[in-house]
This record gives sequence, structure tokens and C-alpha cells, in this order.
Amino acid sequence: MRNLSAVIAVLLLSLAGFALADNTDPPESVLQNVGLAHEVCRIADLQASDIPNDEGGSVKLSWILESEGIRPDSLEIMRRDPAGSEELITTLPANITDYSDDSVRNGATYSYWILSYLGGVAEACSDEVQAVASAQWLYSGRIGMLIILTLIMAVIIYYIESGKRGKELYIREIAGLAAVDDAVGRATEMGRPVLYVPGIMDMDNIQTIASIVILGRVARKTAEYGSPLLVPTSRSVVMSVAQEVVKEGYLQAGRSDTFNRENIQYLTDDQFGYAAGVDGIMVREKPAAIFLLGCFYAESLILAETGRSVGAIQIAGTAMPSQIPFFIAACDYTLIGEELFAASAYLSREPKLLGSLKGQDAGKLFFLILIVAGVVAASIGDFWSPMKSVAEFLRKLVTVN
Amino acid sequence: MNWEILGIWLGAMLTLCLYSFLYRDNPFYKFAEHLFVGMSAGYWVIYSIENVLKPNWWQQMFPEDGGFNWIWIIPGIFALFMLARIIPKIAGLSRMALGMIIGAGAGVNMVGFFQTNAMAQVKGTIISVSSGGAWDIISNIILVVGVITGLVYFFFSKAHTGIVGKTANVGITILMVAFGASFGYTIMARISLLIGRCQFLIFDWIPTIPRLLGIGG
Repeated sequence: MRNLSAVIAVLLLSLAGFALADNTDPPESVLQNVGLAHEVCRIADLQASDIPNDEGGSVKLSWILESEGIRPDSLEIMRRDPAGSEELITTLPANITDYSDDSVRNGATYSYWILSYLGGVAEACSDEVQAVASAQWLYSGRIGMLIILTLIMAVIIYYIESGKRGKELYIREIAGLAAVDDAVGRATEMGRPVLYVPGIMDMDNIQTIASIVILGRVARKTAEYGSPLLVPTSRSVVMSVAQEVVKEGYLQAGRSDTFNRENIQYLTDDQFGYAAGVDGIMVREKPAAIFLLGCFYAESLILAETGRSVGAIQIAGTAMPSQIPFFIAACDYTLIGEELFAASAYLSREPKLLGSLKGQDAGKLFFLILIVAGVVAASIGDFWSPMKSVAEFLRKLVTVN
Repeated sequence: MNWEILGIWLGAMLTLCLYSFLYRDNPFYKFAEHLFVGMSAGYWVIYSIENVLKPNWWQQMFPEDGGFNWIWIIPGIFALFMLARIIPKIAGLSRMALGMIIGAGAGVNMVGFFQTNAMAQVKGTIISVSSGGAWDIISNIILVVGVITGLVYFFFSKAHTGIVGKTANVGITILMVAFGASFGYTIMARISLLIGRCQFLIFDWIPTIPRLLGIGG
């Protein structure tokens, strides 16, 4: 009798426990089917949360498998949608400890629980957890970048406005660009064409965009001097843009009658096919000046060497670190990295572009100060720990997740 | 016909035709060049249709499970704008498509460029120059000095005179040392490509000559 009372007391306490546990316990429908033998490891600490920094529609589940007991064969992740219908969303091996459910609606509450299976029988069930997926407008991992970019853009706008108001903005001489006029003049004197190679990448590449801006200036110069300008391209869109830009240059020079669309032609998208084609143009047309400006890869040396062999004055420029050495070795002038991007401002001397360049310099100065401060803080931090946190803060400021 | 031997001979002949450029421009090189350019251009047309146009546009507009996504008409219209260049009267329409490509390209790449070329580099340079062994300290000092002086070299709004000029000189010297190392490294890779071609000619092509002439095995 005493034993029976104890059993009833335990059962009542258990029921009270279930009632108080709200929605953190396994659903009743599951409990009816699960053996609850407790020999099989149960999923513990099941967590469900919205995946941050996304467009929503996803819930991240993570869990740990209890260490004591028999390891299950597999895990079944169950889900109940807002309408109350339950479904199995996936079956996973027992060693997996997280899962992303990418088939949920934003703003709706979903419940999840995980069943531990052994020999095809659900032997244990986790607690039930809930989550709501939502979309985020702001990517929190890029806040530091947003602040720095905003600051730099503010400075750039300030300098652009200063330039527009007539403030004289100094820009140092860039040897390669100072030689543009000489190169075009040489071609005119020799009665040979100018060859402009805008790299092998498409118009979505920053270097190609920078190159096309320079092409506009070179086209204007060649139109003024009356030299033919040849522009073989590796991408059809680049060809279209180059045609427009060169035409604009000829119009600005008042020589639109001498513009020949056929001189700006598409060869092939293939890297070495393009290199072979440009090499052929070099040896047959024998240009007196060659511009290799843009994004280049392994074809850079092939082009630069062939250009050198035909005796052309060569001005090259790229932001590809691995190709710059070849241009330095084989060309007369080389624009290194950033100089390629500064070229448009240098050649045009437009206050808008010069202001932008000045603003970028301010950005570089900011980073330089940041590096010096960070290195000093990190170095002193080895001996005096408070400085370590300063270095860590600066590192965090420039960290993009 | 032995297709394998035919392939080897074709490869070898075209290799020799292209290498003949080392002497001077000649009809053999011209033939190989035009074949290469023409075939690759044709190949890329088909590649673009099969791997870009179909999966990224057509199949998005008409999904396999049926239906019609009208939003994909918009890129189709922009593509037609590009083709408008053929007709001089409406050629100006192509500028809209070109403007979108350039604007979107610049905007999307700005974030990536800033992230990898500025933020990540700065983060990687905020290091201690007083911890670790002697070589670690020397290595870290070279890294920090290289980055700072290199950055000074790329200041365009300041004349390279006085202390700025001297700092910039250190920067460009370090850059040149790095370029020299990169040059040597890449040349080694190119030599290995040349060796690969030579091996093809010596071990794959030359042994087929006696077979073709009916000499030996």
C-alpha cells in the first residue's frame, strides 16, 4: 500500500512537472510513441534561433547528444508549423550537432524537437523549442566597415566640393602618365598606330573600368594627333564600352570624322587565344606606342615581350600584384596598383576626380594612423595588458565577418 | 584511323607553329593564331549560351516545374538594348545596359575591394613587434615598415620630397624586392610549362614518327 502511494505521488509530481514545464517538454503525441527507455542517448540543450544577417526564411538548430547511454543510429528532426501540423524535416546521422532549416516563413513561430532512433524505433525525445525567422536589413558584421566607408566618403565629398569651388588640389607627378603624350606623339611622328589593350576582364572589374577611363583620354589625344588607335578586346561588353568611349574622345577633339569603329574589335574570351591575337596585331601593325592597362593574368609577359620586340614604347599598369613584375621588366613605364586608379584624375585634372583622389589619400592616412596606433598598442600590450585591449579594439574595428 | 595519333600530331604541329613565332611572324604562326582565336571565340559563344544564358536567364524565366517568372523579361530587354547597337538609329539604347553593368560592377566590387584590399590588410598588420623569437620580431618589423612606407609611396597629394620622399623610397624598394621574388617564382612556373610542352613533343610525339613511317614497333 505504501509502495502504491509512493508510485501515485511520483506520478502526480511528474504530471505537475509536465504542466509547469510549458512548451519546453516533448510533445504528447511524441511521448506516446517513444519508448522512453532512457538507455539511448537523448538530445540535450536543443537550441533554435533565427540565423542572423540573412534575408530570413532560415532557422538554425544546434544540440548536444547526452554522453551517457547507448548512441542512437540516427536523429529525426521534427517540426510543428503555426497551423499545428507536425512533419519530419530531415533525418541525420547521430554525430551531427547542428542543422539549418531553410524552409520556414518569416514571422511564423515553429516548434522543433529531435527524436533519437535506434534500430528503427524512436527511443528518446528532446525538449521542444521554438523559433521565429526574420530578415535583417543591416549586416551586423560590417558595421565597422560602414563607419569607415562613411567617414572616407564624407572626406571625399568634402574635397570634391572644395575642388569644385576652385581650390587648387595638388597631385604629384606619376611618371608613366606623364609619358602618355610623348608616346602618342612618337606614334604620330613615326606614322604608326597606337595599340591599347584594356586587359582580359569584363566591365564589372574595377581595373577594367579604370582602364576604360584612361582610354577616353588616350583616344582624345590620338584624335588630336591624328594617329590611328587600335583597341582589341577580350570581352564583348568591353568592346561596346570602348567604342562609345573612343567615339566620345574623338568627338571632344572635334575629329569625329576620323573615328573608325572597326579599330575597336572583339577577339575572343579565351585568355591565350586573346594573347595570340594581340601578338599578331603587334607584329603586323607594328604600333609605336602600346598601352597595357587593366586586369592581366598570365598573358601579361607574352604581350609585354612581344610589344618590346616590335620596338614600341610601352606604358603598362595593373593592380594584379603577380603581373606587375613582368610589366616592370618589359615595359618602359609601369603604373603600380593604385596608380592605375589615380590615372584618370591625373590625366583629366578635373576638380571632381582630383577631389576624389585627395579624399582617398585622407583614407590612406586614416589607415596609416590606425596601423601605427595598433602596432604600438599591441607591442606595449606584451608588457602592459591594458594596451592589449586597445589593440584588440582596433583590430575589431577593421574586422569584417 | 588512329584518332589518338592524329590528336598527338595535331597538338604537336600547332605547338611548333606557335613556337615558330620565336623566329619571326610567319604563315605557320598566322595559321595557328587564327585557328586558335577563331575556335576559342566559337567555343565561348557556345559556352556562354549553355552556361550563362540558359541557366541564368532562360531557365529562371521558364522553370522546369512550369510557370513563368515575368521579372526575367527585364534582363532580356537589357540584352536586346545591347543588340540595338547594330541599328544606328536606336544604338543609344545600349548605353542604358552598359551604364547598368558598369554601375553595378563598380558598386558591388567596391565593398569586396575595400574589404580585402583595405580592412583585411590593416587587420593583418596590427601585430606586435616585441613578442616571439628574434626572427619573428625581425619579420614583423619588416612587415609593418613595408606596409607603412608602401602606403606613403601611394600618397598622390603630397610631393615625394623630404621625409615623405625618403619614406616613399623605402616603400618602393620593399615593393621592388617583393616584385623580384614574385618574378623569379612565376618564371619557375613558366619554365615548368615549357618543360611540359617539351616532354609532350619528345615523349608523346617523336615516338609516333617511326610508327607512322612503319619503322620499328
